[in-house]
Amino acid sequence: MFEAITQSFSKVFSGLLQRHRLTDENIDEALKEVRTALLAADVNFRVVRQFIDNVRLKAVGQTLIQNVRPGEQVIKVVHDELIELMGPKHSPLEFSTEGPTVIMMCGLQGSGKTTTCGKLALRLKGQGRHPLLVAADIQRPAAVRQLQVLGEQISVPVHANTNGTAPPGICQEALTKAKGDGKDVVILDTAGRLHIDDPLMKELEEIARVTRPHQILLVCDAMLGQDAVNSAKSFNERLAIHGLILTKMDGDARGGAALSIKQVTGKPIKFIGVGEKIEDIEVFHPDRLVSRMLGMGDIVSLVEKAQATVDQAVAIKLQKKLMDNRVTLQDLLVQLEQVERMGPLKDILSMIPGMNSLMQQQDFDEGELGRFKGIIHSMTKQERLHPEIIDGSRRRRIAQGSGTSLQEVNQLLKEYQMMRKMLGGLLKKGPLNPMALLRGEVPMKGKTHEKTRAMLREERKRRKKKRHR
Amino acid sequence: MKFFDRIKEGLKKTRERLRSGLASLFRLRRPIDPQVLEELEEILYSADVGGEEVARVMERLQAAHREKRMEDTDQLLGRLKEELKVGLQGMDSGLRWSAAPPTVLLVVGVNGSGKTTTIAKLGKRFQDEGKKVVFAACDTFRAAAMEQLQIWADRLGIDLVHHQQGADPASVAFDAVQAALSRKTDVLIIDTAGRLHTKDHLMRELDKVVRVVKKKLPDAPHETLLVLDATTGQNALTQAKTFREMIGLTGVVMAKLDGTAKGGIVFAIYNQLQVPVKFVGLGEKMEDLEAFDPAAFVEGMFGE
Ligand SMILES: Nc1nc2c(ncn2[C@@H]2O[C@H](COP(=O)(O)OP(=O)(O)OP(=O)(O)O)[C@@H](O)[C@H]2O)c(=O)[nH]1
Ligand SMILES: [Mg+2]
Repeated sequence: MFEAITQSFSKVFSGLLQRHRLTDENIDEALKEVRTALLAADVNFRVVRQFIDNVRLKAVGQTLIQNVRPGEQVIKVVHDELIELMGPKHSPLEFSTEGPTVIMMCGLQGSGKTTTCGKLALRLKGQGRHPLLVAADIQRPAAVRQLQVLGEQISVPVHANTNGTAPPGICQEALTKAKGDGKDVVILDTAGRLHIDDPLMKELEEIARVTRPHQILLVCDAMLGQDAVNSAKSFNERLAIHGLILTKMDGDARGGAALSIKQVTGKPIKFIGVGEKIEDIEVFHPDRLVSRMLGMGDIVSLVEKAQATVDQAVAIKLQKKLMDNRVTLQDLLVQLEQVERMGPLKDILSMIPGMNSLMQQQDFDEGELGRFKGIIHSMTKQERLHPEIIDGSRRRRIAQGSGTSLQEVNQLLKEYQMMRKMLGGLLKKGPLNPMALLRGEVPMKGKTHEKTRAMLREERKRRKKKRHR
Repeated sequence: MKFFDRIKEGLKKTRERLRSGLASLFRLRRPIDPQVLEELEEILYSADVGGEEVARVMERLQAAHREKRMEDTDQLLGRLKEELKVGLQGMDSGLRWSAAPPTVLLVVGVNGSGKTTTIAKLGKRFQDEGKKVVFAACDTFRAAAMEQLQIWADRLGIDLVHHQQGADPASVAFDAVQAALSRKTDVLIIDTAGRLHTKDHLMRELDKVVRVVKKKLPDAPHETLLVLDATTGQNALTQAKTFREMIGLTGVVMAKLDGTAKGGIVFAIYNQLQVPVKFVGLGEKMEDLEAFDPAAFVEGMFGE
């Protein structure tokens, strides 16, 4: 979902990287572009302003450092600042050591609270806990029923009371019930409400007072706009929330509101909702988000980008294999064949983190690629899937079959091993270092990207025109 | 209460907040300088007006300023409103009624935007106009979605056509059109499951509903209304774009304008997609729906 913001950043940075020197002026220009990108991504304008100011402050003093590319310096600052804004690494739910843990959901109407309650209950159940869901939304028609249906689906009991008891009372009952039934987690589904609806906000305060939740979670729609800061701020001020859940992340919203909310509440994003199915909930990774925002992707976003040109099913498979480091020669062959349809291999490889340094060392030529293809074609299926079985006599056969030399076969196998080793190393180090990936790595060359580049040219022209209105 | 008053009432808080922004800008009459214009730009951004539209408005204001057509912040505010109203000029917010009943309204949107509630509100509105209304529960996916609409239908005394949970939405729609025809209803309003516009298979499902309805009534649906949540940011434009491409849109309903969000994305939606706003949602009750009035909307956003 952060693809769009990622793209915007790529544009900015590819522009930056092409310059030899970074002058005050082009810091300014780059920051303007960053500002536009952030605003288009729904980051609140105040947050944007603060962000830009911080980056400027930090960047300007650094422009003369030797031996570091100026472009990288600004990017490093932008990157660090964004990480700071997106806040700490995953912050897990905290559980009570004594008696049931009370988790209270709150948020605006339609943000996805009820569904999220179900998802969270299932997740916690999967971790061996015993949740009780509580239908405290007696406002929206059939909200109670909705939670009951979800509860049935995942075999988690739901406490409801439709005899006119007010929500705080319902929650209190539920707590007693949970204790009696030996439940260790109580999840309160409250009605959606506007942060300016004082009586309803008081009701939430009352629920919090009588149930003393261990975790109050604000459920926010990832598509939120500028007003996100206002609502999040009010909820936080009145309830002292513990964290956030970002829903509907499976869409294509740029998600900048997450940045704003994080900034204005200072509370961590704990989970993200990624679909309508009850299991579609994931832990939030700020670092992953930031590297995606910067367009210097981890392997996941690499594959997403490649998806535009690469056959999707194949890409998904490759992504899995990349992550498990199980890329076979067969995969390599499929890639090579797709590459032929797409343009120079170099461009494709440059999208793979770390590949770039390899390319610099080895200087691929396209003739070699044809040879590689021929060699793999001459292998049996078994050999492609399990290259370790390729012994001396097999190598000779393959060389003969493909009309290449033994050396060339050896070279291919060696490079294949190197690639695996490198991928393994990359994966072990955890999140990839964007700085390392950045070195001349922006995939903006070649036929594949002709369209993108044309678009970018247009976009730049348009923006320039706008600036000089 | 009229639209203007409602918006005013609903946005009281907004305006207090906004006024703190506007106040520093407009309360004291001061000459226009780059600082003033920058503040103005930020106010527009904070209303979710969005880059392109902000640029358009700012360009016009700056030109006016350069040509000395306005000098102080008082004049600036007047011009700002004017420009915004120009942005909505020519918008036709009326509904398209079928020559022969029933008029079919298809209501679509992303998850939780306010579709079902809007349908209840529309039902009430048409009923008050003396029309006979039928609802179709084509959200067969979300838990208890049907029950939700059933409760509204019962409150209003409106017939509801529904199948079981998990049924094919298109077949519900088919039956509903049939029922509307045989019961001689004036209006059929079809509720659909919330769906993100990025999900192809769900968009195709919607297209199938449209095709099935057309089989019975070639002109229908007479209105395809996209319900947008006013708190949504720039993605609302993408939503409108995609829904329009996939199934065609005749209008937008901007729900949840009773909060502090200002729904400034309507300018982009109208200018870039030519999709008019037809109604605004101003609360959770069935009477909380108003016809969209561009001038009142702009005044409600910025004016007294
Ligand atoms: N404050 C306010 N709340 C609204 C308005 N319209 C709808 N809501 C609330 O928003 C929530 C979601 O509304 P629904 O009508 O269920 O939305 P929906 O689009 O049908 O949702 P799904 O079918 O789940 O996709 C409910 O709590 C409604 O009461 C409005 O104009 N103002
Ligand atoms: Mg609904």
